[in-house]
Amino acid sequence: MSLDASDVEKIAHLARLAIAPEAVEHYAEDLSRILDLVAQMDAVETKGVEPMAHPLHMSQRLRADRVTEQDQRELFQENAPLTEDGLYLVPKVID
Amino acid sequence: MQWETVIGLEIHTQLATQSKIFSGAATRFGAAPNTQACAIDLGLPGVLPVLNQEAVRLAVRFGKAIGATIAPRSVFARKNYFYPDLPKGYQISQYELPIVGEGWVEIVLDDGTLKSVGVTRAHLEEDAGKSLHDASLRGGGYTGIDLNRAGTPLLEIVSEPDLRSAQEAVAYARKIHQLVRWIGISDGNMQEGSFRVDANVSVRPLGQTTFGTRAEIKNINSFRFLERAIQFEVERQIDVLESGGTVVQETRLYDAERDETRSMRSKEEANDYRYFPDPDLLPVELDVAFIVDAVADLPELPDSLRERFHVQYGLTEYDASQLSMTRELAQYFEAVAQASGEPKLAANWVSGELSAALNRSELEITESPVSAAMLAGLIHRIQDGTISGKLAKQVFEAMWHGEGDADSIIMDRGLRQITDSSALEAIIDGIITANPEQVEQYRAGKEKVLGFFVGQTMKASQGKANPQEVNRLLLEKLAPR
Repeated sequence: MSLDASDVEKIAHLARLAIAPEAVEHYAEDLSRILDLVAQMDAVETKGVEPMAHPLHMSQRLRADRVTEQDQRELFQENAPLTEDGLYLVPKVID
Repeated sequence: MQWETVIGLEIHTQLATQSKIFSGAATRFGAAPNTQACAIDLGLPGVLPVLNQEAVRLAVRFGKAIGATIAPRSVFARKNYFYPDLPKGYQISQYELPIVGEGWVEIVLDDGTLKSVGVTRAHLEEDAGKSLHDASLRGGGYTGIDLNRAGTPLLEIVSEPDLRSAQEAVAYARKIHQLVRWIGISDGNMQEGSFRVDANVSVRPLGQTTFGTRAEIKNINSFRFLERAIQFEVERQIDVLESGGTVVQETRLYDAERDETRSMRSKEEANDYRYFPDPDLLPVELDVAFIVDAVADLPELPDSLRERFHVQYGLTEYDASQLSMTRELAQYFEAVAQASGEPKLAANWVSGELSAALNRSELEITESPVSAAMLAGLIHRIQDGTISGKLAKQVFEAMWHGEGDADSIIMDRGLRQITDSSALEAIIDGIITANPEQVEQYRAGKEKVLGFFVGQTMKASQGKANPQEVNRLLLEKLAPR
């Protein structure tokens, strides 16, 4: 299985990663090799094996429906570059 | 060419929990921005989501109500996309293994026939935050983000592409809306965003079995807009195809002001969500006891109740479906029907006078100043001839304004029908004596004049005369000698 430069560019865009144009080929090769490694699994007989959703053989614990969190807006917003009227501000999103 | 419309709906309904699906932050509507967004909702590093048991319980109730299988094992997955109101960069949802499997609901079409609509699945997920595109923020150029809604539990209900017109789509959406409120899993408040509809719309030449290319219309928050958005989109697609073009698979927004759908080009390429199981959450495994417990108090469902009203109380299909619109209304009606022993009168009063009064005062049935027992008391007095139907409306008005129950109002206002013939005869004799001219006209064959005498008699008796008795006496006394 091999990825070409356009695959790498697409994945990088979806992940919002900036990749230097000269590094694209290099990533394509490395990622293809990782995929080849994993592709060996295709040869294994998996009939009757339930797909794994989590490495731990446990099931999800459920919590009671109670409000346990206090308002910590001030504390959290100290981390934000820009806020106003309690809102986090981001560069204008045009829809 | 004749075209066939194919529609499937995705409905997001907010589950009625106190806290969020993966955190202990409150879900109350209308709080100041970001005061109900905790570290987990903000997606801060190192936090761990823990699933809310109540959200699971409510999803199970829905599954049972649509005859679906509840998955003994379901899995949460990450749906990856970037948007400022989604701080983690992914939404926790369910993909391959949703909690609720295939089910169905029944809708009533315009011609009264029933149609079964398939529900493909229903899955649990978290809501995103809210973006405020307010031009005045910091003097412009910014979007404000309120994450109070982030992490609110949603049940996304996905229908099969079984719907063939905008009207069918609305009937189905109303049905799901009725159901989620009926079984108490959501308040269904559309203004507050607790019930949102996305429509997948396509058209194909009539008779073709494969589907046409679909467009997804988002941002629909009322049944009226749902109908109009679909109608617009169907016409648009037919126009495109008939002029030799092709429909593009895309997401479109419905603009209510212009009554049109518009392409949302900015999000087009984001449709590659790269789902994978969320490593922060283990598979959800439900045992039989949990499921049995979740549905133990599930009420009689609207379809079965509608049918029972029709059969047991002899109501018309229409009345039966009107009175089973909400569970509270159905309970009220049934209480009146049983206490009065007059189901048809009860149905008339509940869907007539009472509903009109509630509408005028913008009250819910549960807030009615006239209780079911009071209305039954009034119906008793109509039934036993104490008051006429016309005066009953007056009594109802008085009950509505808190003047007491029917019996005390009838007593206080002296509204009891005059059934004593001698008292009535005295009134009629007086009217006949006072109007010799009309008596002549009547006796000369102008029978319409009888109405004049009935009117005068009712007026003189202040509406308390029994109309049948008045008619009988007038005919007798006015007969030509």
